[in-house]
Amino acid sequence: MKAAVLTFPGSNCDQDLARALTHDFKCHVDLLWHTEPFTPTHDIYFVPGGFSYGDYLRTGALAAQSKSVESLRQAAAQNRPIVGICNGFQILCETKLLPGALIRNTNLQHICEWTPLAGGGDWQGAFPEGYALPISHGEGNFICSDAELKEIQQHGQALLRYTQNPNGATYDIAGLASKNKRVIGLMPHPERALRVQKDASVSAHRYGKLFFEKIFALVAA
Amino acid sequence: MKKFNATATVRFKKSVLEPQGKAIQLSLAEKGAHEFTLVRVGKYIEVELEAESQAEATAKMQQIATDMLFNDVMETCEIHVAEKS
Repeated sequence: MKAAVLTFPGSNCDQDLARALTHDFKCHVDLLWHTEPFTPTHDIYFVPGGFSYGDYLRTGALAAQSKSVESLRQAAAQNRPIVGICNGFQILCETKLLPGALIRNTNLQHICEWTPLAGGGDWQGAFPEGYALPISHGEGNFICSDAELKEIQQHGQALLRYTQNPNGATYDIAGLASKNKRVIGLMPHPERALRVQKDASVSAHRYGKLFFEKIFALVAA
Repeated sequence: MKKFNATATVRFKKSVLEPQGKAIQLSLAEKGAHEFTLVRVGKYIEVELEAESQAEATAKMQQIATDMLFNDVMETCEIHVAEKS
């Protein structure tokens, strides 16, 4: 599989993601720098976590204006799968490829911990009980208009939901898909949950592998 | 081409949590200044631009505001454009 990871000044999960894709899933990975437009030829596009453009103006706002994201819009128009993780989710909201926006966590803190999750919408029941992934963000509180929320619920777009909402996100949304389910944004970091944990009591359910398998199923669809 | 000064005032919508303002208000209250019952912090963006007319400058400013300067999910934006004297 040919995957691409878009990289911006301030991205800091691009290498983790590239390593996960090459090492754990045997993908061919290209890193695409923000100043370079590209012709969409990859099977899947990832927008990584970090602090693109130092989070200036709003998280993801300046990345959304970049040359590479202009090309990403073409990839979206061709129905190629696009996955944004953390800052990537914020960028996809700013590009309007996903509805809503992500604002400051209600407790005003950067939260870095394992968070329990459940599948929602089209992914209802897709993950075992006790499933969890790591989160690490200060602005993961998802908001949208009432009309948008209604649409999200109607079309089963809230694919990943917190079971113990850490940040105030509307409808406990941790991961969200576009209406056609080809664009997905999520706050948790599955790329950080691919190694055996030192603590033997940590459940194997926590692994990000399950999540990536769901994502690769999109490519085949 | 004429030169214009423009400003965009970006405010969080009333429904959106604005932690900086809240922190300032709490700090004031701690000093005993309880009369300040609400503080909200927004953004004030100054721009210089060139255009043929006031109308064109306003339209251009409106365009970048919508595309970039504010996000209507959580913010509102007020624009002022004046020819440079």
